[in-house]
Amino acid sequence: MHVAFTLNGAAVEVEAPEDSGMGMTLLQTLRGPLGLSGPRFGCGQEACGSCMVTLDGEARPSCAMPVEAAAGRAVGTVEGLGTPEAPHPLQAAFLAEQAGQCGWCLSGILVSAAALLRRNPDPDEAAVRAALEPHLCRCGAQNRIIRAVLRAARLGSGAEVAA
Amino acid sequence: MNLAYTFAMGTTGNAPDLPGSLRAEPRLSRWLRFSADRTVTLTPGKVEIGQGILTALAQIAAEELDVSPARLRVMPAVTGTSPDEGVTSGSLSVQESGAAIRQASAEARAIHLGLAAGRSGVPLDSIRVEDGTFLGPDGTEIGSYWAQAEDALLEVEARGDVAPKPAASRRIAGQPLPRLDLPDKVFGAPRYLHDLRLPGMLHARTVRPPARAARLLGLRDGPLPGDAAPVRDGSFLAVVAGEEWAAEAAAARVAARAEWAVRESLPEESALAGWLAATPAQASEVARRDDPAPPPAQAVHARFQRPFVAHASIGTSCAVARWAGGALEVWTHSQGVYNLRADLALVLGLPPDSITVRHMEGAGCYGHNGADDVALDAALVARASPGRPVRALWSREEELGWGPLSPAAFAEIEAAVDADGMLCRWRTVLRGNGHSSRPGRAKQPTLLAAPYLDPPQPWPVAIDAPIAAGGGGQRNAVPGYAVPSLEVTMHRLLEMPLRSSALRGLGALLNVWAIESTIDELAQRSGQDPVAFRLRHLEDDPRAAAVLREAAAMCGWPRASAGEGLGTGIAVARYKGTGAWCAVAAEVEAAEVVRCRRLWIAADVGEAINPDGVANQLEGGAVQAVSIALKEAVRFDRANVTSTRWEDYPILRFSEVPAVEVRLIGPPDARPLGAGEPSLGPTIAAVAGGIHAALGIRPRAMPFTPDNLASAMEQ
Repeated sequence: MHVAFTLNGAAVEVEAPEDSGMGMTLLQTLRGPLGLSGPRFGCGQEACGSCMVTLDGEARPSCAMPVEAAAGRAVGTVEGLGTPEAPHPLQAAFLAEQAGQCGWCLSGILVSAAALLRRNPDPDEAAVRAALEPHLCRCGAQNRIIRAVLRAARLGSGAEVAA
Repeated sequence: MNLAYTFAMGTTGNAPDLPGSLRAEPRLSRWLRFSADRTVTLTPGKVEIGQGILTALAQIAAEELDVSPARLRVMPAVTGTSPDEGVTSGSLSVQESGAAIRQASAEARAIHLGLAAGRSGVPLDSIRVEDGTFLGPDGTEIGSYWAQAEDALLEVEARGDVAPKPAASRRIAGQPLPRLDLPDKVFGAPRYLHDLRLPGMLHARTVRPPARAARLLGLRDGPLPGDAAPVRDGSFLAVVAGEEWAAEAAAARVAARAEWAVRESLPEESALAGWLAATPAQASEVARRDDPAPPPAQAVHARFQRPFVAHASIGTSCAVARWAGGALEVWTHSQGVYNLRADLALVLGLPPDSITVRHMEGAGCYGHNGADDVALDAALVARASPGRPVRALWSREEELGWGPLSPAAFAEIEAAVDADGMLCRWRTVLRGNGHSSRPGRAKQPTLLAAPYLDPPQPWPVAIDAPIAAGGGGQRNAVPGYAVPSLEVTMHRLLEMPLRSSALRGLGALLNVWAIESTIDELAQRSGQDPVAFRLRHLEDDPRAAAVLREAAAMCGWPRASAGEGLGTGIAVARYKGTGAWCAVAAEVEAAEVVRCRRLWIAADVGEAINPDGVANQLEGGAVQAVSIALKEAVRFDRANVTSTRWEDYPILRFSEVPAVEVRLIGPPDARPLGAGEPSLGPTIAAVAGGIHAALGIRPRAMPFTPDNLASAMEQ
């Protein structure tokens, strides 16, 4: 079956297996045929946030979502936020704060943080913690991550980010 | 024997005293090389496991060579060409690899400058090096690493006769430098092993048995999605498919069709203490001192217990293997490529030289996790799919349930102070499984799948390194405080129902907590302030006293309680007795559950190569320790581990992470010491002390949950 959606602003179409109940997840589609590496597998149970993407601007785990659920919708990943040449304010802030250790959790956290800043361009620390509550970080970089999100918000560009 | 020849080659008796891993691999070209494209490539044997070591090593080399850090490329370790630096563990990478690279770089610089001086006639001591270019006194370029890159100048052994820069002249090492690996991770660029995509690559998933002790009786036939097919060797069961979704779906189907004979082999979780006490063990003396001691005036006798703890990395273990023409190539996030190669050779019956193991980064590694195990899984499936690369990825259930675990243990302490309130007597008895099942160290393989193969290759029971090598269960079991009469013994269990191995801090997690809690209690019983009491016993260790004073000053010790249910604890330890000094103060809030609200950390790691990296490691270790202290315990029934989902193995979340302040007070000219592990033990101990300050309860069992605290109250 064909599934069509937009991925970081570009139209994409993938062939998904017909066999219902054991088909492809959105995460497998993004990392497999669509060739991305930002969204990451962590648990397959929507419990850690490694695979977070946006669906029509809202942060959602992609590891247990059938790819069909993305049909006709806008999917956003960390790759859509910015590039080394033109980083998203969050990416610049994460580098400035050196917010990470192993980095596994970061692409999901950046996606959730971007969704937060779109919704609330001037969050306080409690709002940042609440938005990142679905995310696990085992290295203990949470304080740096929180500082980085607040720094990005101070840069004031969060609201201008495209979905 | 030709004596002249022997002398000409130099004898071992005349071998220079080389620092770190340079002793084992003195050839300079094995550590670094220059390229005409104006880059320097480092080839250390230590690997990036999320701790930022690549950046620290690049800083060290850039400093000694006088090149910009941006010119440094640090290669991942690979068997055959990288120096064999064993395992990246024990907070030793800066000490071992960093010391080697510092010396090798200093010698490489001297050799290159010597050549430039000879060619140009400019005296050696008037040559300046500016970002890799050699300038004469008048500013004329007389050579560069890049121009001389092809001259094979580094095909020599280190001599140990060039001194690295003194601390005062360093401009790059000792300054915060952004992590080299972070940009890729922030932009979602492929960097992890998990992102490796080789042409024709297949995907494998393993199907684990329903119990630790299990035998595969049969597998019912049935359709599988796509091109998926089962792979079986004895009781090792896997599936392989061209696409990842098909492998995952097939694994679920095959699991439902497998028939197993199972046996209950695990202890009763609720009777862990009894199991630890009753299991046969090998006793050994860790330390003993029999100086004359005054009679005891106040004594404490307590038992401290900890559960099995999981690594709980956020990413799951992964490996890629290709078996072609009798040779095996493996991509892994293991901590030791040579060690893994040795065990793969044992299991697969291959000569080690026919196996190439390449490191790539994985998700955060905090010790011996499933990385080595999944490499064997991938190799077994690759053997059944010759010529095709096979990528094996563990599920979350495997990661939490089947990886090596940090072993449950208890420490029983009897200690006393004399009439002057000075420590006079200390006895510790430790009991638990060993902390090392690392591959490459035994005659039998330690990899997960080995005992399930036909014929089975049982795991050796986990061991503990000798204390001189850092120890395992006995790590940090000897108090750093002066005490005339001391006896520490360890009982390493000789049965291992749950495979145990090294996790960040090893025995220090239990031992530092047990010691510091006992010290707090002795201070309390003898009416002394816990900080002052410690300082009285640290006169022989001024750097321990210094970090303790610093942490006390940071938190405003002695802290008046900020309110009901709030309390602050403080603790200090020198990691392994030979590593970095770290003191931690913790503010704890005890309501329905215990929360840690703030941590103050003071540390002395000697020279901090990358102070921001050191702070990041110390803080990360402390946050992980708060998680272990307050929340973590592997759950199991008689057959298997049951805490295989995040909901059953909760770790600290964003809302629960304490505010952390870190100060480094080490002398910059002192030997650099690792920062990954020193903060964990003191953090657990400080949290326990904070609980006592808040509630009046001395925790006796980790994690410090309401249930365990209620039991402590009853004791």
